[in-house]
Amino acid sequence: MKKSHIIAIILLAIAAAIIFSTGEEASEYVDFATAKEMAKNGKTNNIHVVGTLPKDAQGNILGMKYQPTVNPNYFEFELIDEKGLKETAYFFNPKPADLDKSEKVVIIGGYQKGKFIVSEVLLKCPSKYEETEVK
Amino acid sequence: MREYIGHIGHLSVIISFVAAVFATVAYFLAAQNEEKDLESSKSWKNFARIAFGIHAFSVFLIVFSLFNIIYNHYYEFHYAWNHSSNHLPVYYMISCFWEGQEGSFLLWIFWHVMLGAILMFTNPKWENRIMTIFLGVQIFLTSMILGVVLGDFKLGSSPFILMKEVMYNAPIFQSNPNFIPEDGTGLNPLLQNYWMVIHPPTLFLGFAFTLIPFAYAIAGFWKKDFTNWVKPALPWTIVGAMVLGVGILMGGYWAYETLNFGGYWNWDPVENAVFVPWLVMIGAIHIMILGKKTSTVIKWSFILTVTTFLLILYSTFLTRSGVLGEASVHSFTDLGLSGQLLVYLLAFVILTIVLAFVRWKNVPGEESTGSMYSKDFWIFIGIAVLGIASFQVIVGTSIPVFNKITAALGFSGKMAPPANQILYYSKFQVWTGALIALCGSIAQYIWWNKFNKENKDQIISKFFMLFVPILIISGVAIFFINKDYDMFTQMTKSMIGAEEDAVKYGLISKLLAYTLLMTSCIFSLVIAVIVLKSVLKQGIKLSGGAITHIGVALMLLGILFSSGYDKVVSINYSGLIYNKEFPAAMNVENVLLWRRESVKMEEYTLKYEEPCYEVLGFSSYIPKSKLLVLFDNHKAIAKTNILHKGQTFYKQGDTLDIVPENTYYKVRYIHNVSKDTFYLYPRAQVNPQMGFLASPDISRNLSRDLYTHVSSVPDPNQPIEWNDTTRIKIGINDTVFFNDYVGIFRGVKQVENVDGIPMKKTDIAIQAYFTIFGKDNEQFVMNPTLLIRNNQGLSGPVFLDDIGMKISFVNIDTEQNKFIFETSSTQLDYIILKAVSKPMINLLWIGTLVLVIGFSLSSVRRYQEFKQNR
Repeated sequence: MKKSHIIAIILLAIAAAIIFSTGEEASEYVDFATAKEMAKNGKTNNIHVVGTLPKDAQGNILGMKYQPTVNPNYFEFELIDEKGLKETAYFFNPKPADLDKSEKVVIIGGYQKGKFIVSEVLLKCPSKYEETEVK
Repeated sequence: MREYIGHIGHLSVIISFVAAVFATVAYFLAAQNEEKDLESSKSWKNFARIAFGIHAFSVFLIVFSLFNIIYNHYYEFHYAWNHSSNHLPVYYMISCFWEGQEGSFLLWIFWHVMLGAILMFTNPKWENRIMTIFLGVQIFLTSMILGVVLGDFKLGSSPFILMKEVMYNAPIFQSNPNFIPEDGTGLNPLLQNYWMVIHPPTLFLGFAFTLIPFAYAIAGFWKKDFTNWVKPALPWTIVGAMVLGVGILMGGYWAYETLNFGGYWNWDPVENAVFVPWLVMIGAIHIMILGKKTSTVIKWSFILTVTTFLLILYSTFLTRSGVLGEASVHSFTDLGLSGQLLVYLLAFVILTIVLAFVRWKNVPGEESTGSMYSKDFWIFIGIAVLGIASFQVIVGTSIPVFNKITAALGFSGKMAPPANQILYYSKFQVWTGALIALCGSIAQYIWWNKFNKENKDQIISKFFMLFVPILIISGVAIFFINKDYDMFTQMTKSMIGAEEDAVKYGLISKLLAYTLLMTSCIFSLVIAVIVLKSVLKQGIKLSGGAITHIGVALMLLGILFSSGYDKVVSINYSGLIYNKEFPAAMNVENVLLWRRESVKMEEYTLKYEEPCYEVLGFSSYIPKSKLLVLFDNHKAIAKTNILHKGQTFYKQGDTLDIVPENTYYKVRYIHNVSKDTFYLYPRAQVNPQMGFLASPDISRNLSRDLYTHVSSVPDPNQPIEWNDTTRIKIGINDTVFFNDYVGIFRGVKQVENVDGIPMKKTDIAIQAYFTIFGKDNEQFVMNPTLLIRNNQGLSGPVFLDDIGMKISFVNIDTEQNKFIFETSSTQLDYIILKAVSKPMINLLWIGTLVLVIGFSLSSVRRYQEFKQNR
């Protein structure tokens, strides 16, 4: 066997390993019910849940709790997943400041002892380009 | 003129598109007839040149028209309204130009025209084929801004579209079709940074440069001239890699200075999408400099060169088609061009593959990768590792694309990108980075020693004598640095009683990877310096390679320490633990700073002093309390004389130009031991469209940067809630208690004028004088004034935000010789701050500069070689 063939085989093996490990590490977009199921199987982190924030008739966001003067690193909020289930999420960071503006929220985290602990919040803000209001 | 400028622009787009089509066809025919019929080839070429000239001229006209629209604030055009505003300085108007997708396509088109023209003159031998490819790409790019709509079919998106065409539903256009908005919505505030003026043009110039080697490679295979395209393509590839690399790093530097995710690299899809082609381009350069005529080298030169360009097209597709959607924090606009982008991407990929497939068997020379002891072999291995590194990044970045494909095939397509993308990429790339540096230095070492059969054993042992000590030193250094680092992070965790953070990744594998990376970098540095010394004897011309490698090694070291050992220093120990049941490690990385109150943080004592404004034409920031903002909120009046470094810059009553949307939080740092004092001004902006945007301020030191940003501030749109008013009756020199503060009423005096109230002759104004002691041995003064008019008292409150209170002078009790005041307090101002220390980050920036010098020298050398051979 030629040297270049050996190298080629090694490279293919690494490529396969990369694809496989990416598949392993890639997370999944799920709803809260599925996330709860996954927690039972030991998956308590790195789960993506997509949802919206509950709002009242005036468009104010409900269920948020952030008291920076008491603890700047504690933020509690509610999220309605795509199936319509509402859940409280806990985030040990300051409240993402543009949360109020966002239409869609992706939280990354998982259930730990029955509580959804968020490790990261991704916000989809209405794009600057999509506005239709002219003054 | 005003109405016509849009027509001129749009017409120019159409002409440039049509001219590109004609020029492509004509150049193609000129190339095909080169051997058969020289006469006809020449006439086609002349025709093509004219078409290219028209194309170039119309591209300039498009640029001119679009800039005119922005510069003159013609807000009837959607592009001007959407991307600029009246208050924007000229240099940011340049940024407006490429803020939108249409403008950035235009920039890219413009660079292609410039580079195409240069190539035409420098290498006429290849003109027909290269320009066929160049103009073929121009067809694709100009069609992206064509803005032709036929029924449901949309070809491109025009930058010259009018407001009333975009927003035909808006009521204002239905009642008044000729309505022109008075102001635009402005440039994205995050882009209002000097790096954003030069980063996009640099990046797009880099994009444009990747077309040159692509065009040469395709032309070579098309012409069946498999070897001679490399020499002329090489200098351009090197310049291209330099420009693209600098462009990427400018983006990183901008992110470091402007965004608040805490670094220069976030492994965001946008960054990855241009990083991967750059890596491949580096691989292409190295295989091209081998200059060998073996079929292995030829085939890989072709593969890497065309892949670079195709990956640029892929990155364009990724970032502009909206496919990334939820995967990225960046907002992408989907202009409805995704189908068009995909068609082009596939067209170029398929054409390239077909060409390669047809020609593959004709590639001359034998297959060989060289022996283990040749530099060629190690360059091949290095390129293979580069390939692996690129592959891993592109696979992770493409997850949303796989989702789209699986969804199209009828499967679920619910895969999300790795939850911790930084960790996913870093823990892999640290190994590839180390191996690439190692292969590079081994190749250089072999080349320097002029390896042959006789000196083999001696040179191998010399290699290990150099390598092993460096390995040991690096291993020990990493071990101790890591121990120190882990102690710090664990200490902070245990102090608040939280559980330990999940170990980033296995300690052993981290130590090994970091050691290998550090060893490779130092070894590479040593070898490159030795090589540099020996080549410098022959003049600076040949030194490019060694200098570039020094740059890369420095950059990798900078990345290793600044990203591997950055630590959050703003640890908050006081946070109330809400619920002991919380299992996860509580995050304590943000600290609360009350206004005017000192807080200890690592080796510093911090104090948030006050919010400030940026003033145009002034080198520092001015406290908000010293300025009175006027109705036109871009102007303010100085309430007192404003001193800076002992000089009076503005007198009381002067009008200043301010930037009202940004607030700079003045934070004082005092070193606990040396008592060195400095100020940082992290910025925040509450933007009506984008919400709260924070930018850091960085204290730069030789050995490390201290990076500080605010993560939260009290909502400025919330009305201030005042507590119940207290009425006090006091005499001169009495002590008063305001909530947590102590004050002394010093006395009163008669004054001649009162702020904001015109005085009458019979009026009497009396001003009280309070001294209030802050928590940090600071004294504040408050002067509430009472105006007596016709025996009636008039008074308004004065505010002291430093302690969150207001006071008004209400009356005088002349019998008891006492004075009556009303006070009220509110929530004290605060900021929540995060600070990160980034050791050795300067090595990254220094390395970048060295890299640029190295690349420049190399490209000059390769260009001279090409010229001699021409």
